[in-house]
Amino acid sequence: MSTATADAVMDYDEAMGKFDPVMGLEVHVELHTATKMFCGCPTEFGAEPNSQVCPVCLGLPGALPVVNEKAVESAIRIGLALNCEIAEWCRFARKNYFYPDMPKNFQTSQYDEPIAFEGYLDVELEDGSTYRVEIERAHMEEDTGKSLHIGGATGRIHGADHSLVDYNRAGIPLIEIVTKPMVGAGERAPEVAKAYVSALRDLLRALDVSDVKMEQGSMRCDANVSLRPRVGAPLDEAQLAVPLGTRTETKNVNSLRSVERAVRYEISRHAAILDGGGSILQETRHWHEDTGITTSGRVKSDAEDYRYFPEPDLVPVAPTRETVEALRGTLPEPPGLRRKRLQSDWGYSDLEMRDVVNAGAVELIEETVAAGASAAAARKWWLGEPSRRANAEGQDIVSYAAGLGLTPAHIAELDGLVAAGRLNDSMARQVLDGVLAGEGTPTAVADARGLELVQDDGALEAAVDKVIDANPDVAAKIRDGKVTAAGALIGQVMKEMKGQADAGKARELILAKLQ
Amino acid sequence: MTDLPTDLTRATAADLADALASKTISSVEVTQAHLDRIAAVDGQVHSYLHVDTEGALAQAQAVDERRHSGESLGALAGVPIAVKDVMTTRGVPTTCGSRILEGWIPPYDATVVTKLREAGLPILGKTNMDEFAMGSSTEHSAYGPSHNPWDLDRIPGGSGGGSSSVLASFQAPLATGTDTGGSIRQPAAVTATVGTKPTYGGVSRYGLVALASSLDQAGPCGRTVLDTALLHAVMGGHDPMDSTSIDAPVPPVVEAARAADVRGMRIGVVKELGGEGYQPGVRARFDESVALLEELGAEVVEVSCPNFEYALAAYYLILPSEASSNLAKFDAMRYGLRVLPEGVDAPSAEQVMAATRDAGFGAEVKRRIILGTYALSSGYYDAYYGSAQKVRALIAQDFDAAYSTVDVLVSPTAPTTAFKLGDKLEDPMAMYLNDIATIPANLAGVPGMSIPSGLADEDGLPAGIQILAPAMKDERLYSVGAALEKALVDRWGGPILDRAPSLGGAAAAKGA
Repeated sequence: MSTATADAVMDYDEAMGKFDPVMGLEVHVELHTATKMFCGCPTEFGAEPNSQVCPVCLGLPGALPVVNEKAVESAIRIGLALNCEIAEWCRFARKNYFYPDMPKNFQTSQYDEPIAFEGYLDVELEDGSTYRVEIERAHMEEDTGKSLHIGGATGRIHGADHSLVDYNRAGIPLIEIVTKPMVGAGERAPEVAKAYVSALRDLLRALDVSDVKMEQGSMRCDANVSLRPRVGAPLDEAQLAVPLGTRTETKNVNSLRSVERAVRYEISRHAAILDGGGSILQETRHWHEDTGITTSGRVKSDAEDYRYFPEPDLVPVAPTRETVEALRGTLPEPPGLRRKRLQSDWGYSDLEMRDVVNAGAVELIEETVAAGASAAAARKWWLGEPSRRANAEGQDIVSYAAGLGLTPAHIAELDGLVAAGRLNDSMARQVLDGVLAGEGTPTAVADARGLELVQDDGALEAAVDKVIDANPDVAAKIRDGKVTAAGALIGQVMKEMKGQADAGKARELILAKLQ
Repeated sequence: MTDLPTDLTRATAADLADALASKTISSVEVTQAHLDRIAAVDGQVHSYLHVDTEGALAQAQAVDERRHSGESLGALAGVPIAVKDVMTTRGVPTTCGSRILEGWIPPYDATVVTKLREAGLPILGKTNMDEFAMGSSTEHSAYGPSHNPWDLDRIPGGSGGGSSSVLASFQAPLATGTDTGGSIRQPAAVTATVGTKPTYGGVSRYGLVALASSLDQAGPCGRTVLDTALLHAVMGGHDPMDSTSIDAPVPPVVEAARAADVRGMRIGVVKELGGEGYQPGVRARFDESVALLEELGAEVVEVSCPNFEYALAAYYLILPSEASSNLAKFDAMRYGLRVLPEGVDAPSAEQVMAATRDAGFGAEVKRRIILGTYALSSGYYDAYYGSAQKVRALIAQDFDAAYSTVDVLVSPTAPTTAFKLGDKLEDPMAMYLNDIATIPANLAGVPGMSIPSGLADEDGLPAGIQILAPAMKDERLYSVGAALEKALVDRWGGPILDRAPSLGGAAAAKGA
């Protein structure tokens, strides 16, 4: 709940008529290495507070850091995947400032010698066009501890009765990815911001370097926004030549939807201020998910001086070119290209593919197809009940399915039972329910529940005859050529067969007898 | 085998080690003798901030038992040692001479301390020091200064004056030190003891409460060159917990100390260290030592290191810069002192940090934090920290050039003998100048040693000669140091420390 009063905002379209937005995004990604950046403590999320700490990550007097080589590898792979140059030699630096959740009162980070720099990421927008986000740098650093402010109205430090600090997070490896100013997006700036963070998330997931769970804070986004007067179309040279306006930095925008909303809100807020003759204060802003607004945080000024200097407790990182090339060899297919390839392999429409991507089911479907299912069936089953239930639980489909023990092999097996004519569609749904309820594999569930299409044509024929006799009116209509009326009879035949009949076969029989 | 003196505290560590190995004496006996000596004289000298009687005796007993069970033990097993209070000791207070760490009991051992424990050296206690090792006299200790056993009104050097005075007053046969700008060597010089600053990275810094990370180096302190070498071998070696630790075997320091041979070595006298500002008596003893080295078969030449004159200025930018960041962790949030600001209702974390740091840090520490904070500030960084790093590179070049023509360099360790307590307390620059000869080695990361060169004529107080060697050639210090020591002791007719006042301790009386 925010108690702050909302600022004036200008209608977005009006703002776009008057101003040209420029963005810069800083994304922090927690690596999912087994141990922390500079010590051997585990990094698992959700452990008992202050149970994953040691003299090093608690910053006890005398303790010294040692670089996690695995984290350096991940940083290099991220850099390469973002088309960056990889430094031949770089150092860590100390960023000095006091805060209780930072044990040493300096953060070991990188300053003017990042591990990766000068890259780009091509981002696909909804209309199929591509926006190239220029990457300024990706650098390594350590996370801080987590403060919990008790009491007070806002949950922020201001007004709290006391604060608790959990240092489990202190020292977890972070990669900070910083874009260059993103210009030329025009009115699509919020969409571009969201698409970039989304593409970055997919890329990091494909690299298998982070959990990239924005809701758990393993991926966090700070959005810088500034406006400059509109003098032409977004990509006009005259427009690009206009100096950048004063920016604000909106911190901790932690969902894809919020990234889009926060950028849009800040554009409208800046526009209202500038249009009224005011000027933008360079400051950090807090994003309020509930009300969809930002409020003022810390004012950034020249007084904020981190006194960076090279970390004397660590030796420089100097990856050999052989190492870098070997790591380049481990890069996965870029998610965008991979998606295009899979869509074409699977024969999905654009809409179908987008649904699959949005559901986070690409890998599941890929594995299911590999296990022998048709692409159409794989999509149908995964995006049906499992997806619906995962959504209802607020989980992603992959972890939801994993939690229930539902595997791509199960879905392929289910599809196989349908294809072999053992199950019809409605029986298959029941079997899936059974699998989701933990009753075993599809075959086991079908066996246990006695679900099997009756293959005995005699029994089916008897049921068809019985239904035709009982419905002379309907039978007459069909004889007169009203084939659609057969549906009513099929339903009754299925009922007669307790659902265990092949509806297609029933239809064939009815029509054969009445035509 | 050498006969042990009746008073075990007068024996060298090497002799004690031999007697322990042959089971002539037990570690409990040796340890108890030193605890008795501490009880008798530390009231006058104030070398120790904490004496761990129970812990030391328990370790002594454990090592005696290991020996009796036939376990093969290290060379110094059973020989007690004093540890500078800048090294963390699990379960034993570690204050760094500062109020801000009063009452802190570290949950872990420094790597050096772990090595001492594994090698079976009972730890007698923690020695006094200038607060966070900032000073050359121990007068900046929050717990009061240590005194020089040669003259209790004088300083024992600093920051490791606790360790040097422990040795000179026979309260331990060995001690550890740390040397950021001379804190091992200058105290050794003014107390007629021996101390080595190894090559940077030669001894682990893990568990050493950092002053200036790129300059700090732990090292051994003893009364003889061989004792110091034996301790060096125990303390040294690669530590995976310290990224700046060198992954190479400890140089053959003990072999060099035993060989004590300088024949054919080329020794350079540093022109820039020893002229103006050096006390005549210090200079005279140095010149005699150099002549002696020549007699022993070394070739002596003069060498110029033109950039050394900028060393002090560069040092006093780099050290405070790193220190200002290293000392930021003392914020009352997790350990150590916590002071609430007066007259503030429900103070914020920031106010508690400020009040604690104000109350917990002494004047010299605050002075250097302010200097360092300023030097690292944006807009000043290049002019101060950046320039200082360039000077540092130039000094390293001077060393490289010198070592292309000579094997070791020598100079007086400190410009003067021990000054009187209080004499330089109000004049930081005068205090800083005491380290003028020792600082270049820290800036370049090369090893250095101080051994006694005799007593200055004008005041009868000890002077020291400094030996410097190229990185990872620490053994050369011991070759030269041991050869010179032998010749000097022959000339003096016995160890120079025999001439120090006995302090009339009860332990000495008991031993007699």
